[in-house]
Amino acid sequence: MYARTWKLNLLPNFFEPVFYLASVGIGVGAYVQQMGGLRYVEFLAPGLVCVAAMNGASFEVTYNVFIRLAFEKTYDAMLTTPIEPDDVLVGEVTWAITRSMIYGGCFYTILVAASLAPLPASLLVVPVLALAGLLFAALGLAFCVRLPAIDFFSYYFTMFLTPLFLFSDVFFPLKERLSPAWLTVAEVLPLLHPVRLARAAFHGGAEPLRVAWDLTYILVLSALLLLYARGRIRRRLTN
Amino acid sequence: MAACGDAAMISPPPPAPKGIIRARGVSKRFGDRMAVDGLDLDVPAGCCFGLLGPNGAGKTTTLRMLYGVTRPTSGRIEVFGLDVATHSRTVRARLGVTLQESVLIEALTPVENLMVFGRYHLMRDAELRPRIDELIDFLQLGSHRDVPVRNLSGGFKRRLAVALSLVARPQLLILDEPTTGLDPAVRLALWTKVRELRDHGTTVLVTTHYMDEAERLCDRVAIMAAGAVLVEGEPRELISRLLARDTVEIEASEQEAAQLLSGYEESTNRMQAGNRAVVHLEDAAALVSHIRGRDSVADRRLIVRPTNLEDVFLHLTGMTLEASA
Ligand SMILES: Nc1ncnc2c1ncn2[C@@H]1O[C@H](COP(=O)(O)OP(=O)(O)O)[C@@H](O)[C@H]1O
Ligand SMILES: [Mg+2]
Repeated sequence: MYARTWKLNLLPNFFEPVFYLASVGIGVGAYVQQMGGLRYVEFLAPGLVCVAAMNGASFEVTYNVFIRLAFEKTYDAMLTTPIEPDDVLVGEVTWAITRSMIYGGCFYTILVAASLAPLPASLLVVPVLALAGLLFAALGLAFCVRLPAIDFFSYYFTMFLTPLFLFSDVFFPLKERLSPAWLTVAEVLPLLHPVRLARAAFHGGAEPLRVAWDLTYILVLSALLLLYARGRIRRRLTN
Repeated sequence: MAACGDAAMISPPPPAPKGIIRARGVSKRFGDRMAVDGLDLDVPAGCCFGLLGPNGAGKTTTLRMLYGVTRPTSGRIEVFGLDVATHSRTVRARLGVTLQESVLIEALTPVENLMVFGRYHLMRDAELRPRIDELIDFLQLGSHRDVPVRNLSGGFKRRLAVALSLVARPQLLILDEPTTGLDPAVRLALWTKVRELRDHGTTVLVTTHYMDEAERLCDRVAIMAAGAVLVEGEPRELISRLLARDTVEIEASEQEAAQLLSGYEESTNRMQAGNRAVVHLEDAAALVSHIRGRDSVADRRLIVRPTNLEDVFLHLTGMTLEASA
């Protein structure tokens, strides 16, 4: 709807998955011979691409949006122009997705250079990055709009994103470690779904039903959360 | 009027309807508090209109309703003849607003801030670039056009904020307390620009709690208190209609003042504030000689001055007020 001219700043968060890949993939990989039928570093690659995308979106819609909402009067200024609150929301989500694609895309490029991403099949991960961006933009925004103070974001990161990162099929295949009952419970984890899609893009073995479920999960949850965030943002900006 | 030649381009006089703003019975409730309560307002095209009132009078809330960001609890507002409730986007495309708080992006330069704002209005580069140069010229921002905003002075930032609201060549410029917190010289310079805009056809609606500024610089004013407009009109006309041309301040207690004024024929409007009687009347000289003639205190302080809007405001919101004939 409107062009965003915020300056790009590639945050250190981008390097986090890169370091994980290097240390865990190469370090732990030396001891763990095989994971899910792959070299460990190959197993890690698709999950970490999604983590990069998750970080890209999350930092944008949490700290940055909160600051604009609470401290800077950026949105109030926008609303003196023909822009409506819905445009603000669309703008933020679009920008978060863009950030996801930049973070994830750069990481993906590194993987391709390191021959950890089979071409051309793994290119399918690009739309997955966009979906991950959408999902984590929605999650972050829904959290952001009802936050009383900026300090609470540390909970979001340590209590929510970090466990997700550890338990969403990124470091080990859940289905080899969890009982069927727990596997069903694990389906609520948001990061699991883009990771599974990314893994299918990298290494094949996509089951149509599962892909359909992952896509549905991502789209429906995003839609619900954004609808919620939209109501809150409207009320906050126009009262 | 140095910038006169290109000032015509700064604000093209639009074919404006007679009244730019028309508000009828507008109220806004926040919880159990009425921020605006039955407000009527008419702002004619091409004038510099001052909305005056103390903090909390409901000025900012009124402005927000005018550009359609706050929805009135009741009442009807038309701007450019359009109902704001249904045409807020169109209305906002044709007006510019400078908010009370700074909205500048601190990390960006003035030029970049102007670019961002132009984008909000969906302006194209080809149109935006010359417009930015024009505004930088008009508001004298050239010396620091490429310095990040965070390093600029308060007066400079305020001029930039006004420039932002002018990007899309608004027919109506809304300024919320543009001079609050600025030193007098900077305030005057800003007002000069506002007048210049008005001279070229832009209607200006400005809020302030500096009554003296409003009196000198606004064509019309409305005085607000507790969410409603108390009176509206030209400053001089309001003063002579509601009070009188002159004011005499007498250093005297209430009884003393009553004594000094007894037997004085001309009608006066009197108010006591502590140990000071304030008398509004048409002919101060006559009263001064009346008092001097009968006063037992030889060196009593008498201050004679023109009546101002501050007096009108006190009169309306009723301090200890007493009209004597
Ligand atoms: N968003 C809001 N929520 C609750 N009360 C508000 C809100 N905005 C303004 N008010 C209240 O409405 C009254 C008028 O405020 P405002 O319009 O800002 O006055 P002014 O601009 O004249 O100082 C004040 O009492 C203020 O506390
Ligand atoms: Mg205000």
